[in-house]
Amino acid sequence: MAPQASSISAALREASLAAAVALVLALPLAGVRLPSGAAEPLAFRPWWVVAAVLAVFVGRFLIALHISTRRPRAFAAPPLFDRALGAMTPWRRWIFAGFIVAVALLPLMPFADRRMIDLGSLVLIYVMLGWGLNIVVGLAGLLDLGYVAFYAVGAYSYTLLAIHFDLNFWESLPLAGAFAALFGVLLGFPVLRLRGDYLAIVTLGFGEMIRIVLINWSDLTGGSEGISSIPAPTLFGLSFTANPAAGETAFHQFFGIPFAGVHKLIFLYYLILALALLTHVFSMRIRRLPVGRAWEALREDEIASRALGLNPVMVKLSAFGIGAMFAGFAGAFFATRQGFINPSSFTFIESAIILAIVVLGGMGSQMGVVCAALVLVLLPELARDLAGFRMLLFGAAMVAIMVWRPRGLLSHREPSVRLGDRAGGAP
Amino acid sequence: MTGAPLLALRQVETFYGPVRALSGVSLDVHEAEIVTLIGANGAGKSTLLMTICGNPQASSGSVSFEGRDITRMQTHAITRLGIAQSPEGRRIFARMTVMENLLIGTTPVGDAHVDEDLARVFDLFPILRDRTRQRGGTLSGGEQQMLAIARALMSRPRLLLLDEPSLGLAPIVVRRIFEVIGELNRNQGMTIFLVEQNAHHALALAHRAYVLANGEIVMEGEGRELLADERVRSAYLAGA
Repeated sequence: MAPQASSISAALREASLAAAVALVLALPLAGVRLPSGAAEPLAFRPWWVVAAVLAVFVGRFLIALHISTRRPRAFAAPPLFDRALGAMTPWRRWIFAGFIVAVALLPLMPFADRRMIDLGSLVLIYVMLGWGLNIVVGLAGLLDLGYVAFYAVGAYSYTLLAIHFDLNFWESLPLAGAFAALFGVLLGFPVLRLRGDYLAIVTLGFGEMIRIVLINWSDLTGGSEGISSIPAPTLFGLSFTANPAAGETAFHQFFGIPFAGVHKLIFLYYLILALALLTHVFSMRIRRLPVGRAWEALREDEIASRALGLNPVMVKLSAFGIGAMFAGFAGAFFATRQGFINPSSFTFIESAIILAIVVLGGMGSQMGVVCAALVLVLLPELARDLAGFRMLLFGAAMVAIMVWRPRGLLSHREPSVRLGDRAGGAP
Repeated sequence: MTGAPLLALRQVETFYGPVRALSGVSLDVHEAEIVTLIGANGAGKSTLLMTICGNPQASSGSVSFEGRDITRMQTHAITRLGIAQSPEGRRIFARMTVMENLLIGTTPVGDAHVDEDLARVFDLFPILRDRTRQRGGTLSGGEQQMLAIARALMSRPRLLLLDEPSLGLAPIVVRRIFEVIGELNRNQGMTIFLVEQNAHHALALAHRAYVLANGEIVMEGEGRELLADERVRSAYLAGA
């Protein structure tokens, strides 16, 4: 379809407006170069401003033109991706299985270096947190902006248990999950009657409260200094140190191979992979159980759910508690991976990123969370060379996803009851 | 009508904040009866039905079921006693499949009899059998109403509350829904309390009926009796 004169002028108008906004923003952001020393005067860079305004103008013009000349989409036809996924249900399992195998083999590949494995486990932490938050936000429909609080509770529980009670990682892991779940339920009580925006604000406050308590309770938590030398996990009692303490066996000694620092990274990678898969399998299973269905029903319609005999108190508390439990597991892993924690790892921006992973991935979609975690975690890491522009790129990626995939990367909701699960299904 | 009523309301008053929606309503529903409540928009019909379910709770008076006072019980506990409802506007879980909607309906009783109960509701509404994997929100209005009733039946209720099952449906679908309500009562002895604006259909079907106006019961009697009554005809059956 050729662009019409009217659509060109409309696109020009829109582009001019966007360029004007860009000018206002670019003047202070790109136009002024801060001096390195106090004595130097501010340097003005007019060409940067011109370039930014031009880029916005041309870009906005092309986008507006593209939108106005695109043929309207047939109503109700689902996006291609959803349709493909919906039609390929038997194939999807194979794709997912293949994906898991690829992820599992990654650290053994010749091209996998320390940085890649480390980055891989970072992505997996966020995948796990995304899946955990998906239970609360995607399934139960409770908007939680303070999810990082439970991550912090898990991390600090593990650290304090390991240091003060000498428990090893495997003994503290369930306890860290239990503590986080307890905090989830505690948060759940006051917010039972809240929904939507109001719930979001209270959970946001709760997240900040936990962080501030961690900063100020210095006797226990070390304040903003944090706690260091957190013990690393062991594999059936085998540690990953070069020179194990007397009476301990190290991994490399047991297998008679030379010591390599990467062994520990690979072990951590598999550990978080296992934890993340546990979260995934759990959320898939629980959706088919009455409690999982109750979460979804409550998300869809609270009045109808109550009229059908669901107890909203139990349903909400269980969602908060179980979602928090997985954040607690992830927190314990985070603490042991870093070997050092302080409250600045648990700021609001972490909650925002986890929520962004769930929303951008498509609420309630498990694979969507993986895709979104890859984008949102890898992008800032890989873009480190761009220095100051990396957060700009990050924001642009979020905006782009919401423009092109307003319901998330993968917005397909898989029914929890499949054909053949019950007699009486349609042929 | 002998013996104690299954459901009894005595002098029930319900408020929404300062606004009194029901003032001193008393009514009975006996075992194996169809009782209908008719009235104009805003008369308090849905409020009355929701008050039975404890959402909102009556501020004075009493609601009792099988002789047990349920006025101060929580909604989910009331459903566990054997009261199920198909709410006003159907309130299907739109993004969940028909099968999932039906399974939610088993909440008060657990899923020990699921297959048997599914077979029973599919016999009643065969169309739902072909729709099990479809999302609730994609059903037509009539199908959604059938699903809402079927979902309520999955809890094996002793009393079925129906709130305006004819709302917004084509006449032929309304007729079908009312046929099924009649069958449920005749073949399975289901006790039904039916709130309706469609007075003609409701009165023709019901054993007994109450007329609600401005939160008060203004008339009661047998269904056919009210159908013939001049005042009812002029107020609620004009043009019918």
